Amino acid sequence: MRDTYAWAAIGLIVLASTTGDVLLSYSMKQVGDVGELWKRRGLLAVVGRVLSTPAFALGLMAMGVAFYSLLFGLSWGNLSLVVPASASLTFVANAVAARVFLHERVGGRRWIAALLVAGGVVLMAL
Amino acid sequence: MTFRKYLVLAGITVFSTAGDSLLARGMKDLGGFSLHNLSGLLLAILNPWVAMGIFFLLTFFACYMSALSWADLTYVLPATSLAYVLVALIGHFRLHEVISPTRWVGIALIAAGVGFVAAGPSFTPAHECPNSRDASRDTVSVEAKS
Repeated sequence: MRDTYAWAAIGLIVLASTTGDVLLSYSMKQVGDVGELWKRRGLLAVVGRVLSTPAFALGLMAMGVAFYSLLFGLSWGNLSLVVPASASLTFVANAVAARVFLHERVGGRRWIAALLVAGGVVLMAL
Repeated sequence: MTFRKYLVLAGITVFSTAGDSLLARGMKDLGGFSLHNLSGLLLAILNPWVAMGIFFLLTFFACYMSALSWADLTYVLPATSLAYVLVALIGHFRLHEVISPTRWVGIALIAAGVGFVAAGPSFTPAHECPNSRDASRDTVSVEAKS
């Protein structure tokens, strides 16, 4: 039963952190290259522009949900199960989500990379 | 990709590693927390290690957001995974922890994944060109020039 809870928490972590990453990436694409913006308008303009993007606040909230799901997951499952399982699944989920929602061209190169990194993270935690 | 942009990607790896290690160091001083002792969690930032850790994690977040403003999510994420490798290498060379063969394979897989992505284009704008093959070739050639 604890296993079921642990995997439910892992699913929630993956869902929330993928949502968060996609929203944060989306908001920063709306803001545009912050280096350029900083050069032209100064640091305050960058901060103001980022904070006034609704997707940024939503992304932060999703990241908060992911963090608390991690805390709950850790209280139900082992560190050595929850952390690598959620981290590596998040890499794969992010590749799918970036392709579907952000329309990034996730070619063979990036698929292989996502799988390699996901596998590597699991091995590092064993 | 300019040199400055590679520095930002390196910052993601280094600052997240530094932040996590400093937080872990600080939390060791403070001992375990329970849900009944939430005020202790707030006071934790008074610990200098924890405070420094939070500062580095904020720096990491600034670098991460900056990178996302000019690169794809699927390009930036593998860079963040190098942090796992860095932690293991610091543990090995500074703290003389033993790295098992499985973990060395894991390090190699992550490094290979990062290499695969880094060799490709960093930004694939979706709506600029209807013909995807041409668009990706364009991004690659822009990459080569910058």
